[in-house]
Amino acid sequence: MLLISAILAPILGSIVSFTVTKHWTRWASYILAIPPAALFIAFASQIGNITYLETQSVSFEWIPALQTNIDLQLDGLGLIYGLMICGIGTLIMIYAGGYLPNDARTLGRFYTYILLFMTGMLGLVLANNIILLFIFWELTSISSYLLIGFNNESAEARRKALQALLVTGAGGVSLLAGLILLGTAADTYILSEIIDQGHALASHPLAVAALPFILLGAFTKSAQFPFHFWLPNAMAAPTPVSAYLHSATMVKAGIFLLFKLHPVFGMTTLWMVALPVCGAITLLYGAITGLFQRDLKRILAFTTMAVLGMLVMLIGLGGELALKSALLFMIGHALYKATLFMTAGNIDHATGTRDVRILGGLKTIMPLTAIAAGLAAFSKGGFPPMIGFLGKEYVYKTSSTLEAAAPFITAIALAGNAMLLALAFKAGIHPYWSKPPQLAKGKPYSRFLPHSPHEVNKAMLAGPLILAFTSLIIGLFPQSWSDVIISPALSEATGVDTTVSLYLWHGFNVPLLLSACTLAIGLTIYAMRQWLWAREGVATDIANKDTENVYNYAFSQFVSQSKDLTHKIQNGSLRSYLWTIIITAGALVTYKIFALGTVSFEHTFDNVHFFHFALGAAMLIATYYAAVAGSLFKALAGIGLVGYGVALIFAINGAPDLAITQVIVETLAVALLLFASLKLPDFRRLSSKRSRVFDAILAIGCGGIAIVMTLNATQIQLAPTISSQLAEWSYHLAKGKNIVNVILVDFRALDTFGEIAVLGIAAIGISICLPRSVSDPEYDPSNTTLGRSLILSMGAKILLPVCIIFSLLALYRGHNEPGGGFIGGLICAAGFVLYAFAMGTNKARKKLRFDSLKWIASGLLLALASAFLGPLVGKSFMTALWLPTFNLPVLGAVHLGTPLIFDIGVFFVVLGFATQTAYAFLDTVVPANKPASDSNPQSIEPKLAPSGK
Amino acid sequence: MELLCSLIIGALVAASVYCILRRSIIKFVIGIAFLGQAVNLLVFTVGGLNQGAPPIIPADAKTIIGSYADPLPQALVLTAIVISFGLLVFTLALAQRATKAVGTDDLEAFRKTDS
Repeated sequence: MLLISAILAPILGSIVSFTVTKHWTRWASYILAIPPAALFIAFASQIGNITYLETQSVSFEWIPALQTNIDLQLDGLGLIYGLMICGIGTLIMIYAGGYLPNDARTLGRFYTYILLFMTGMLGLVLANNIILLFIFWELTSISSYLLIGFNNESAEARRKALQALLVTGAGGVSLLAGLILLGTAADTYILSEIIDQGHALASHPLAVAALPFILLGAFTKSAQFPFHFWLPNAMAAPTPVSAYLHSATMVKAGIFLLFKLHPVFGMTTLWMVALPVCGAITLLYGAITGLFQRDLKRILAFTTMAVLGMLVMLIGLGGELALKSALLFMIGHALYKATLFMTAGNIDHATGTRDVRILGGLKTIMPLTAIAAGLAAFSKGGFPPMIGFLGKEYVYKTSSTLEAAAPFITAIALAGNAMLLALAFKAGIHPYWSKPPQLAKGKPYSRFLPHSPHEVNKAMLAGPLILAFTSLIIGLFPQSWSDVIISPALSEATGVDTTVSLYLWHGFNVPLLLSACTLAIGLTIYAMRQWLWAREGVATDIANKDTENVYNYAFSQFVSQSKDLTHKIQNGSLRSYLWTIIITAGALVTYKIFALGTVSFEHTFDNVHFFHFALGAAMLIATYYAAVAGSLFKALAGIGLVGYGVALIFAINGAPDLAITQVIVETLAVALLLFASLKLPDFRRLSSKRSRVFDAILAIGCGGIAIVMTLNATQIQLAPTISSQLAEWSYHLAKGKNIVNVILVDFRALDTFGEIAVLGIAAIGISICLPRSVSDPEYDPSNTTLGRSLILSMGAKILLPVCIIFSLLALYRGHNEPGGGFIGGLICAAGFVLYAFAMGTNKARKKLRFDSLKWIASGLLLALASAFLGPLVGKSFMTALWLPTFNLPVLGAVHLGTPLIFDIGVFFVVLGFATQTAYAFLDTVVPANKPASDSNPQSIEPKLAPSGK
Repeated sequence: MELLCSLIIGALVAASVYCILRRSIIKFVIGIAFLGQAVNLLVFTVGGLNQGAPPIIPADAKTIIGSYADPLPQALVLTAIVISFGLLVFTLALAQRATKAVGTDDLEAFRKTDS
């Protein structure tokens, strides 16, 4: 229950965010903080229940064929992460309510994104299926992109967000490859089963191949050298986002993965080399670069990088002690880093600047912020009795017990910790307790700040204060929680059931001595802060030689090369696209014909009636005539002839339904083309002679291929089972005697539904291309020669009801005899289109009662409804249901069932589509209020003449 | 009959290819019309021609016996006829709209309208 709600609660919160912020802007932050707060309580209630041996898990089938299921598991590591994500998340949500402008849109966007991000993080730490883990991993990348680029009107923010997305996204792809390799090696996609296989799995060749990919994913996410550069850039995000992403969540995702996979890969050489080396470089790089930074948030960003380096280094060293210190260090970091980011935000809010050189003496103006920041700085600096002290002590304990590398690692840890202390003081002590800088004599200090400084509101104080005191309290009483919190997580990371009990005071020993050194060195560096800040150029020099340049070069090359390539391929010439398509298709078909081997020409003209020859000859001539015609009307005449010829072919070969459909469609098509052409320029000979010759050669080639292909295809003996089976079932199972119709409305009804949906989409497309506004004139035949035809108008009036009755008959009897929804709909539409020709679209629309698009919509709904009747009575989707047969005087035996409802739906869609199209085209033809404009009636008469031949 | 049909299909394909390669947009639309007919006839022919009875069970029988035309390709082609009509009129509407927007019916002139 907890596991499922941990995924669903934040995503539901994300969905309703906009609604909540719109209606309750003031209270939105508190309302939307409910899901994470409730989850925090739920996770907290599991403390003590979750041990190495007792985990909670739940599993739902999703795509079992691909071994991808919703497997979730709450274990010790997941519990720590769940508590951090939800606990800090709740406070961040409340903080953001005070920090961000009180505007429903901004807040709505923020809460939507951050809750989505929270879903991703919770899913990531709870997923017990590697594919699911990857999906949530990507969700965090995408939602963090939205969060980092939150100020989306700034090009710089967008660029930095994209950088974070591309770096972590590339890592994500690599991770997917690694996970699949690992899953294949382990022969399961269930994470806990993979981990249970332990060290033994790591020597599998596929697992060896998997590790570099997985590390790439973890390193990009957790900003390890050489992929670290996106992290400081991500400071473009609003402060609440930085506070959340960089303390407890995003960057810790990579660390999570490393913890999780340590039991498998912890003893491999690559792991034991890559992690400590990259971690150490990141630690020193982040800390040293951070020293020169003047911007509060950038200082914090570089310390985040340094801490991540420390964590990766510790995990790489391995062993119980190192992992224990990594866990403690991570918890401490989450707490103090979130606090320091929020207090930095408070300063920004209160003074309008984050430049540490002009900040100072804020303790009297912002006392509560100062207390929170001070506590956090002490925790970060590793002073007892804060949680940060514990973490640091264990780091030294680890480093001093290492065998060979002890002095080296200890030195790195010492340097890193000392610089972290200095940075902690710069961010948490300096702005409050330093003397305000003497910028000019006689003027009060506050005059030099963009805002007059003030203490911030309660929402912005709650988070920092609660977290700062948490750092203090859990640091004071480690023995009370270490067993229930650290032990299960540590057991997960080591792969062995371990019990931990921590004490604040360990007596006088080597780590304590090292702590004292850290303090001395750190405070010395802190004292040199002004000197360092004056040398910001050093940081710039480092940045200029950074690996970010490689990214920038690759990115700009990718963009410019893609642009060049696109311009070459997408040159805008339809002709060249078509040549490419046609030649490719032709080549593939030709290849296939020859690959099949037997090219056979055993066909003869035996059994072909003289009439058929005449038909074929007429069609060939008409086709040629239409293709090279000099005017549209000649071409249309040719097309019409060909179309009717095709209908005859259908009729000769036992397909009455097709013949009827073809005749009506052809008539409508030619009529519409005729009308539309009045608005289009007539044929023009635009192509050069050269291209005409080339095109003709290509066309003849394609025709030849089509002939060979058809002849070959007709030689292939198809398995007759499907058709004969359908014919056999037709009456027994589907109570229909017209097998074609039965296939359409029953056996393959889902296909048919898709096709009528396409018609609906085409109708919408046409209504967009040919929009009709209220003020637009409508087609009125009284302005054309057609309007003067009494025969036409009388005929249309009489034919409309006849067509309607015929169409209904065709619809009803379609299940047993030629007819059905398609034919009925077309017949009905033909009546209305004829009526529109004769009486104008205005009157025809009134005759139709409802708008054509409404007919389409109701038809689609009706078809869908008939499909859902099956599930209602416990049968599968689209199963046909029938009423008992009964007899009526005129109609005889009546079968009523869902296929008939479906066919009525088809009828409505076809009717709506054909009338919508025809009316739209008719309306474009002759504006009623300007009969003498460009397409006046006089110009129609001569044009109509040739088509009448 | 197959031979006759395949010749017609070949002619329709050739006409279609030639027309859609023309620069005049209305000729392109004509090409699309030919293409629809060619493909419908192709599917119908390839499905097997049978100049026999339509696939309809006689009123007094429960199954169909003897030689009858294959119902499956017919069902496919029936919807294909309507869909190709839909495609044709949509292309036509698009052509009309595009001609109005670009101000010419010359497809070569369309390449200057983007980027």
